[in-house]
Amino acid sequence: MGTTLILGVGNLLLSDEGFGVHVIQRLTQCYRFPEEVQVLDGGTLGLDLLYYLEGVENLILVDAVQSEAEAGSLLRMEGDEVPAFLSLKMSPHQIGVPDMLFAAKLKDLYPRRVLLWGVQPEWLDIGLELSPPVAARVDEVVGEVVRQLEEWGIEAERQ
Amino acid sequence: MHALCSVRAVEDALGIQIPNNARILRNIIEGIQYVQDHVVHFYHLHALDWVDVVSALQADPKATSDLAQSISDWPKSSTDYFATVKAKLEAYVNSGQLGPFANAYWGHPAYKLPPEANLMAVAHYLEALDWQRDVIRAHALLGSKNPHLQTYLVGGMASPIDPNSQSAINADTLARLKDLFGRAREFVEKVYLPDVLAVAPFYLDWAGIGGGVGNFLSYGDFADSNGTPWIPQGYILGKDLSKVYPLDQQQVKEYVTRSWYDTKDEKAGLHPWDGETRPRYTGPKPPYEFLETDQKYTWMKAPRLDEQPMEVGPLARMLVAYANGHQRVQEVVNAVLGTLGVGPEVLFSTLGRTAARCIETVVMAEKLIGWVDELAASMKGGDLKIHAWEGWDPSKWPAEAKGWGHTEAPRGALGHWIHIKDQKIFNYQAVVPSTWNCSPRDANGVSGPYEAALLGTPIADPAKPLEVLRTIHSFDPCMACGVHLLDAQGREILNVAVDSANGFVSPLLKFRGRV
Repeated sequence: MGTTLILGVGNLLLSDEGFGVHVIQRLTQCYRFPEEVQVLDGGTLGLDLLYYLEGVENLILVDAVQSEAEAGSLLRMEGDEVPAFLSLKMSPHQIGVPDMLFAAKLKDLYPRRVLLWGVQPEWLDIGLELSPPVAARVDEVVGEVVRQLEEWGIEAERQ
Repeated sequence: MHALCSVRAVEDALGIQIPNNARILRNIIEGIQYVQDHVVHFYHLHALDWVDVVSALQADPKATSDLAQSISDWPKSSTDYFATVKAKLEAYVNSGQLGPFANAYWGHPAYKLPPEANLMAVAHYLEALDWQRDVIRAHALLGSKNPHLQTYLVGGMASPIDPNSQSAINADTLARLKDLFGRAREFVEKVYLPDVLAVAPFYLDWAGIGGGVGNFLSYGDFADSNGTPWIPQGYILGKDLSKVYPLDQQQVKEYVTRSWYDTKDEKAGLHPWDGETRPRYTGPKPPYEFLETDQKYTWMKAPRLDEQPMEVGPLARMLVAYANGHQRVQEVVNAVLGTLGVGPEVLFSTLGRTAARCIETVVMAEKLIGWVDELAASMKGGDLKIHAWEGWDPSKWPAEAKGWGHTEAPRGALGHWIHIKDQKIFNYQAVVPSTWNCSPRDANGVSGPYEAALLGTPIADPAKPLEVLRTIHSFDPCMACGVHLLDAQGREILNVAVDSANGFVSPLLKFRGRV
């Protein structure tokens, strides 16, 4: 079993844009993970994150994603759908994550399993707070991530 | 860079002196950021403005190997190596998943490199990805929380130094840093610099394009033990390298005459200590085709020094250092100019900006190793102080204090201005490098560096303004300016448009659909 990276990306200063980072914060507050799991706040970084993909077999991305759905809608994607979808995303920091995934492919660092949990944002204005429909999804995605890890035989310990 | 700048603003306001070790450590962390950012900017953003990736598929690996070996003794240069890179590239082009190679202007007539030079550059693009993964380890070694640096503190640094402790920056850390910086320097000297020197002769016409405002500002940075900045402070006016003017930060003002902000007096600039940021959008409603450039047309303010627009960044720093008699900068600048057979006047251009960034990386990669030695010597001498707590008692602060924190960020002069009143922040303003460079016109109608640099740019095909991107990218704009936004069908909704109606070329953002 290789290592697992849970990567939340987004901009905490742009309300719902920071969803991925909020999920990471909740995960690290509520759970203790075994050593082979990295839980990382990727912020608005792009290619710099390539370093953290070294040796990663399972990648779980958490982010705010723009689709036509209602605010707060959850979206789950896996495999090649993920980079293809992200490269279509409308969000300023997203120049980075598809680049990172593409560079990972070029450098043979691409994880065996790639999974994305996304939420449809409501607010993208300057602000530290999540909108109510998006805030309501943080615990749900935290639960989904933990369940996914369990499915892969990785136990996160509630603290 | 903002973390460092904000800490310096408070230190300046409260008169806090940092320990010598903290000064050296800050220099090291900032220096490695230069080397890393400049290489990544060149290979992963700017190179594709000059390198036609699709043309690389026509390259002969043997001829590519001959070319590579003629410009450098870098070991990755065999025929087999370039054949492997070419095969990999072919596989990706055929897969249709082009990633950052998509949405480019491949086959554009402004691309001038032969296929072999293009293939060599693609190989180095890939190598630079590995290189930056290696270099980034420096941050982990320096004990900062990855990936966001959290080691800066008012009064010094949070990372302890102790040669005998495993949980501090110790002798082993410094040895590993030195090793890492040695590898970083080797790539800069054997790959980055030779590539710039090999590509530049094909684009010498770009030494006459993209000049800009001709005024260059450096806040100075990387203080030595006497407080003298290794990158000097000052400014140059009208491309005149015979005089460096001393900087008085009180002469910095920001105008919002052309910017979407509210102000009492549209014609007056404000010093950042008195600065205001009250957004008020008055532009057209999207979707729209053009900005109203004779009215307010941007979110950027217009910073001015002594009423003059200023270019900031590696070119500004290298010119100020050159004109100031900085020995090592003069040597490397003269060597590069000599190799290309050109004079210093070519520096005032798009190509000059790109060359200056490389020159700065060369001198910084050398200097980094010197700072590690300096820190090692300080530790050996028994000085382990990394932080001064003296300023941490708010009851001892004056009722009111003002400070100016400044750094030379990789992109250029960065300033934070703080006004503290009754132990609280009363006002805070940041003037960032891209604001200087991307500044709109001011109250007097004077353009900023991007606008001035684009005047007179030849455009082969207005539908594919590659030439505009070359000049804008040469400034290393803050990433948000380089974003391509796409709608759900993959159509580009934000692109660079050519405004021929106004008789000049400007980087208008043209919005279609929902943004």
